[in-house]
Amino acid sequence: MNLVMPQRLMSRQSIDLSYNLETSFQRVVEYLNHQRQGQEHFTLTLIAEKSQFTRFNQAKVRQIGQVEDAVLRLGWVTNQRSSYREFPLTGDWPTDRAAVAATLEFLRWELPQLPENPYLVLPQGDRHSHELNFGSLLPLQTLVTEVLPAVADLDFAGIYAGGLMVRAYADSQGQFHWFATETFSLDYSLFTGTGMAVKGTFAGQDWDQAAYWETIQNSRRQLQQLSQSPRRIDRGQYRTYLAPAAIAEMVYMMSWGGVSEADIQQGNSCFGVMRSGEKRLSPKFTLSENFAHGSVPRFNEFGEIAPAMLAIIQNGELQNTLISAKTAKEYQLVANGAAEGENLRSPDIAPGDLAEDQILSALDTGLYISNLHYLNWSDRPTGRMTGMTRYACFWVEGGELVAPIENLRFDDSFYTFWGDNLLALTAHQSYIPEVGTYGHRAIGGTWAPGMLIEDLTYTL
Amino acid sequence: MIAELESLIQSVDLPVDWIGLRSVKETTTTRTVRDGLPESNGSTLSQGIMVEVLVKGQLGYAATNSLHPERVRAALWDAYYQAIAASDWNLHPVTVAARPKVVGQYVSPLITDFDALAPSELYAILTQICQRLRISDQVVQTSAAAMTTETESWFVSSNGSQVYQRFFRVGTDYAATAQEGLCVQRRSDHGWFARCYQGGLEFFVENDLWQRVHSIGEQAIELLSAEECPTETTMLVLAPDQMLLQIHESVGHPLELDRILGDERNYAGGSFVQPEDFGHLVYGSPLMNITFDPTIAGEYASYAFDDTGVPATREFLIRDGILQRGLGSLESQDRLGVPGVACARASTWNRPPIDRMANLNLEPGKTAFADMIASIERGVYMEANRSWSIDDQRHKFQFSCEYAKLIENGQFTKTLRNPNYRGITPQFWNSLVQVGDRQSWQMYGTPSCGKGEPNQLISVGHGSPVAAFANIEVFGGGA
Repeated sequence: MNLVMPQRLMSRQSIDLSYNLETSFQRVVEYLNHQRQGQEHFTLTLIAEKSQFTRFNQAKVRQIGQVEDAVLRLGWVTNQRSSYREFPLTGDWPTDRAAVAATLEFLRWELPQLPENPYLVLPQGDRHSHELNFGSLLPLQTLVTEVLPAVADLDFAGIYAGGLMVRAYADSQGQFHWFATETFSLDYSLFTGTGMAVKGTFAGQDWDQAAYWETIQNSRRQLQQLSQSPRRIDRGQYRTYLAPAAIAEMVYMMSWGGVSEADIQQGNSCFGVMRSGEKRLSPKFTLSENFAHGSVPRFNEFGEIAPAMLAIIQNGELQNTLISAKTAKEYQLVANGAAEGENLRSPDIAPGDLAEDQILSALDTGLYISNLHYLNWSDRPTGRMTGMTRYACFWVEGGELVAPIENLRFDDSFYTFWGDNLLALTAHQSYIPEVGTYGHRAIGGTWAPGMLIEDLTYTL
Repeated sequence: MIAELESLIQSVDLPVDWIGLRSVKETTTTRTVRDGLPESNGSTLSQGIMVEVLVKGQLGYAATNSLHPERVRAALWDAYYQAIAASDWNLHPVTVAARPKVVGQYVSPLITDFDALAPSELYAILTQICQRLRISDQVVQTSAAAMTTETESWFVSSNGSQVYQRFFRVGTDYAATAQEGLCVQRRSDHGWFARCYQGGLEFFVENDLWQRVHSIGEQAIELLSAEECPTETTMLVLAPDQMLLQIHESVGHPLELDRILGDERNYAGGSFVQPEDFGHLVYGSPLMNITFDPTIAGEYASYAFDDTGVPATREFLIRDGILQRGLGSLESQDRLGVPGVACARASTWNRPPIDRMANLNLEPGKTAFADMIASIERGVYMEANRSWSIDDQRHKFQFSCEYAKLIENGQFTKTLRNPNYRGITPQFWNSLVQVGDRQSWQMYGTPSCGKGEPNQLISVGHGSPVAAFANIEVFGGGA
């Protein structure tokens, strides 16, 4: 048998897939509108993907496969009661119609048994959006042979994830949003024989082989800097440069009991002391929710559109928190387009004025930290977080890299290291793409500069 | 379903060495009440098929949420193309021996059906829990949540495997947050969703429910006026609800063979454990006995077969402190040449199986809890995990708990707030000086152990007695 591998995940297929998904989604919306009675309201969201996952270890393929998935979430509201049910959207209308009908039957049975919710939010407005971003990804036939030859002589591990992702929203008010994007990310590590490693990410919408090779060349140069034996650093306080990827890890913590208005109101936020005026950050520090980069949809689970830019912390002062429609109703506030979880979706830390080529000289003597790992709050109300250094981290003396270091644990409050101890931010921001794949491929990422910090506390 | 899957395998003419189909249907219902009002209510139905094919020593997979025969057949071809595309760059050739033929079934023990309580009745209990947690105006937030999951999986392969497993899982989480000025303290029911079990609503409405609820509220208030945990090196006694986390992070993950093989280095990390350590490494004191035991009724991650069909049995990973075997599938065992267990697990139908924990337990010792405390001149006793962080080699960790007691002259004296401790894994476990008896042994679990590329969240169970560790750094909170 002469087998010919079909082209996979090229734009034509993604365009067709997006169209078919949208058609299926629309049919569900029409069905629900037809079924809806009296005071019944609904919201319908869709998360869908067709993704290629290729996992590497030792510059070989460890696992390879593809996932095609589409999940509908139907929220049903009537008489101050609400519930939701998630179920698959398969694209086969008889199957999907039966699933929607069964879901509706279940929700109508369940809702009268639930207590009333005085803070229920009904869909409102007449917003529409439609955004398609198709790219040019590696086809399956050449994916492995395009990626691996560049690293064949290296100890290379990581994952290529690519394909179409869809986020959609519709409701009983007639609002409709469709966001489809075709992206890839190659999230990788290169290791020395002693286990020291360099982290790299190559991501975008159009695979550029020359740019990929250049990215790997840069990682190779960093790897050479790790050839020396790692130096053990005693616990203590050290002047520290945190590279953008490390800052992105810290910014992620701001969505875990941080910028959420509900968390502040309910005593769960590290920003409580900023709200009360007890603390502030350095005037150098500005954190915004910035959708102008265009990597994530601006609509949320209520069909609202977030402002293109929302300052969270402006020059060290808390300006805004993320307020969902639900929180707004409960605490008599004005919603600002936040997602239901009131998490950052497109965080952006404003750059400073430290030139890239001045980082080491400005650091002078101290620690250069490229990445952080496994952060958690050691005391959230006081802003104290802990985590580990990871990947290419160095001891620096007199503005020169001296040696890589053994991993260290930091434990310090951001009110200190983003407060009086924040010395400078780099003039350049880096985009750190979100490469998470829990449940489905994540979208978006963080824009962050590097930061020079005095006396960061290391404890182990 | 088994017959339908077999028919699908037979309906395609793929030039492969092996085909496996794993169909999963999972329904999870979560009901959450905050401050006595409904916070979130809903359910998720996830359903689909994972297709795996083995050709030229390479496994390829394709997962689809459609059960339509044409879509599954297309997925079979897709999986084939995946394997072919990678076969020249194969990390390690896989044989059919990694997917042995097995036939069997498993059903979770269940006493009280999920629908024994109507939604209104369940909400009434959750609301009452919130009301009882709020024992004073200093309690600024209360929450109560119940989660039930029913999972069915069907595994069929071209070499004759037929496995059906049906799981019923229940998890609950109750918490009170107390505040006085800038001091905020949160107390929960043994940690976030730590009370996770396999079974029915018998794990929701339990005899001690209201006593536990009252204690949570009282202790949240108690913590507001408690002293900070002192900074010192001392005897640390951990309750089973914190041993859950300690075992998970510093024993379970480092013993996963795929971490030792380097598969996880780009994400979750590697391990300080080396292949040559098996059979030799003194992981902990002679009091340390760790078992992989998916056979315990009611423990959260019990099963009869892993997701490649391998029969699951109880095995000692660490016996008398010595490392015996790892957490690794047949595939990993073959690659590394060390013994493993039946632990190739996938989070659901759209992820391939990888090396995971299931139930990982510290076996009980002989010391009664009261005798343990009575024997300690000075120390700190900690309960319920609040924070966790460990390095990518599973070496340097820092964990914090919700609630602690100072031990002085063989007795609990003051309550302590913001208790933290830190350590290095082998030193820590070699500091294990007392292990509680069977009476102090309790089992907990978590629904969200994260790992893998693409990422997977999976359920695990951990049982442990109380345990005492000598010369551990403890400290409190504050900026």
